[in-house]
Amino acid sequence: MKSITSVVAFFFGSLGLALAAGTTPCFAQIDIHFHAVTGPMEARVGGLTGHSSDGKALYRRFCVGCHGASGDGNGENAIWFDPTLGFAKPRDFTVAVFKCRSTPSGTLPTDEDLFDALTRGFVTTNMPEWRPLSGLDRADLVAFIKTFSLRWQTDKAGTPIAIPPEPPAKIESILHGRELFQKMECWKCHGPEGRGDGPSAATLTDSKGNPIRPYDFTTGERFKCGVSNRDLYRIFMTGLDGTPMPSFADTIKPEEAWDLVHFLRTLQVSIKTPELATFKQWVSAHPGQLKPIGQQAPSGN
Amino acid sequence: MGSQYSGGDMGERARHLAKKSILWLALSLFLGLLLFAVILADSRSASAEPLPGGNVRAIPAFARKYGLPCSACHTAWPELNNFGQVFRDNGYQLMNDRDSPIWQNPSYWPITFRMTPNWHRERTNHQPVDGAPPNGSVVEQHGFDLSGMDVWTAGTLYKNISFSLLPSLDSDGTFGFENAFVRFDNLLNSRWVNVKFGKFELDNLISEKRFLFLSANGGFYQTYHFVPVGASNDFGLGDNQIGVELMGHSANSYTRYSASLVSSNSGNPGLPSNRTYDGYVTFSQAFQVGRLGLQRLGGYAYAGRRPTFSQTFGGGEPIPGTGLGNKSFYRVGFAGDLYILQGKWEFLPFFLHGYDNVFLGTATPANVPLPAGAQAPKWNGGFIETHYYYSPQLVLTGRYEIIRMSRQALTSNPSNLGDIDAYTAGYRWYPIMFSRAGLAWHNEFSLVKTAGSIPLSGNGVGSIPCTATCPGVWSQSLLFGFDFDF
Ligand code: HEC
Ligand code: HEC
Repeated sequence: MKSITSVVAFFFGSLGLALAAGTTPCFAQIDIHFHAVTGPMEARVGGLTGHSSDGKALYRRFCVGCHGASGDGNGENAIWFDPTLGFAKPRDFTVAVFKCRSTPSGTLPTDEDLFDALTRGFVTTNMPEWRPLSGLDRADLVAFIKTFSLRWQTDKAGTPIAIPPEPPAKIESILHGRELFQKMECWKCHGPEGRGDGPSAATLTDSKGNPIRPYDFTTGERFKCGVSNRDLYRIFMTGLDGTPMPSFADTIKPEEAWDLVHFLRTLQVSIKTPELATFKQWVSAHPGQLKPIGQQAPSGN
Repeated sequence: MGSQYSGGDMGERARHLAKKSILWLALSLFLGLLLFAVILADSRSASAEPLPGGNVRAIPAFARKYGLPCSACHTAWPELNNFGQVFRDNGYQLMNDRDSPIWQNPSYWPITFRMTPNWHRERTNHQPVDGAPPNGSVVEQHGFDLSGMDVWTAGTLYKNISFSLLPSLDSDGTFGFENAFVRFDNLLNSRWVNVKFGKFELDNLISEKRFLFLSANGGFYQTYHFVPVGASNDFGLGDNQIGVELMGHSANSYTRYSASLVSSNSGNPGLPSNRTYDGYVTFSQAFQVGRLGLQRLGGYAYAGRRPTFSQTFGGGEPIPGTGLGNKSFYRVGFAGDLYILQGKWEFLPFFLHGYDNVFLGTATPANVPLPAGAQAPKWNGGFIETHYYYSPQLVLTGRYEIIRMSRQALTSNPSNLGDIDAYTAGYRWYPIMFSRAGLAWHNEFSLVKTAGSIPLSGNGVGSIPCTATCPGVWSQSLLFGFDFDF
């Protein structure tokens, strides 16, 4: 009997000690203090309503190591991500500037945009796909990250851009897209073959002053902000805020934008896209007819 | 409960108790000092950190590679949560197109060390020690000790080719391989086709390798290693097996299956004991239930054969791998992983039904007549385990496990021969949890009653034989220690 009593006493004694130590600030991290600037927030995604109060524990478990206790992107691990090697720094939620939006450049994304961004993660970076978390958990997290910036109280999310239905990817569409790629100077950053090696590529920095590389279309099949043709459309028609990748909503007409989408698909040589096949077929039937993309010396622009 | 320790004479017991009080005092003091040391170490003392924060800490392999906190993959390390399960199912890959080691800083080493210096006490009654009365007496052992050291290296050799190598150094210095395999991930560009080859943990629905218990009695699932008293079978579901596994999973691993073909030697390297192979299949499905959390249910079945005698050169030593007279056995059951309170409180129910062929059950060579009253033994076992996550850095644990024979191998056996009841409770507190290192203060108490089989605690040699009845041996383990991993 005595033996059991001493075991039990020891057990609870040391547990009490652990709990007491855990409540000491900055020790043991049993409770982390978050620096929210807004009141409780909500996020609506499909039929789900996320609550920041429920998102807090999830953020503490999954996100704090990168995005930090104050949401400024300076978590414990942030120093190890080296932008010069192409690894982006974690997002700073205090400024509420986001890359993957359905809304015009400069506006806040919708709850769905943030939800989709964390679901798919950021390919080529350390931001994982959070698909293994339940939908409700992800909605709670979206609500919670909104507590880090007052912008979520003062501004409304932008209105998603209208996307017309996609026309067929005929050769005319692809060739017109190619002209746009030249005219809009996509190549200056992305390079004539989409390898991310255009003349301006080496000097680009993001809004935090970190070096950033243009997307290399020739490797990989996914983008940071999606995989589908619609995602691709949205990417250059809304821009990746906080990066040199601009929005072309003011210069490219919605119908033309699909042409550019179709052309961009031909740059993805590592996956055999149907657009690439159509394009190759046309090129072999019309040798020497296309001017190379890039600085066009005599006529100049 | 005092009556369990009815062995030994009273005078000795009293002396014993007095000695114990002193021991407890000393221990409390020691603990206080250790905690104090941890607090000091953690308070970022200026002198202790000449290098920029973080640089001086060594790193658990994956957390370091990806910059993820332990808590992202573990409910409480080493147990995995669903995010960790997906990562594991993907072949230790985040699937961000940067998993291949060609993207890693050359100074990165995919290696982690784990060790647990501890103090533990084992107490077992009804032991037939020298001078004991007929029903035996209590044996108590205690002292400072070390767990075996784990040096685990795992990761990717290339995109979609992963590996794991876990040499193990037992506390007695024996060297071996706990696991060693390569895995080809996402074959045919599908998550449903992954092939593992080597020595690995069976894809048990509740892992015994990544669980939260460490003591001699509590640090095992009895059900995972049980064989009927007197059986010649050596199989344990909890033993890592050598063979090949095909497994697949949905994108979020809510749906998972596995099928393995393994050698019939229960994971012991060298030639198998015979020329047959064992098979194991599992299937599980998870679903989210509102704010309760993720719920997973699944089933499994293992079927195998073991030899009952071997070829020899004229009656001498058995020739390895030539086992004859193969007889079958199986284990089937189901398991769950259920959460309530938004994932804060976890319940793990597990059920197993076991069967051994009568020759295995009575350890009789198949070319020899069976003893009188021999029959194929059958039993049911199971447990319910619970974890309460106060925060990612404090977890309370408990488990009740039970095994009941439903048919004895010999009609003359006492009906409870082999039955087991096991209770375990503990907690783990992780004062240090970064993606570079983790330290847990582990505290566990476990109480097991075995009838006719020798308990796991103590030095596991003696127990009073069961005759007409089987009174049962109670054994206790108490363990506390520092479980660290870096
Ligand atoms: C291992 C580090 C890491 C962890 C853990 C992590 N993130 Fe990120 N996160 C990043 C990085 C890096 C980026 C920036 C990627 C980029 O800019 O290309 C990012 C970006 C984001 C964005 C920006 C979306 C956009 O459109 O701009 C959101 C939202 C986000 N993370 C949410 C989360 C949430 C919620 C969690 C926890 C469930 C989490 N992150 C966990 C590293 C991490
Ligand atoms: C001033 C340089 C610059 C110009 C001009 C530019 N881009 Fe980009 N683009 C970038 C950078 C930098 C990134 C990478 C952003 C990141 O990784 O966060 C990028 C990324 C992209 C992506 C991938 C986004 C993702 O989700 O991964 C696409 C698609 C893209 N650009 C298309 C275009 C198109 C089409 C044009 C011309 C209409 C264009 N870009 C013009 C710099 C530029």
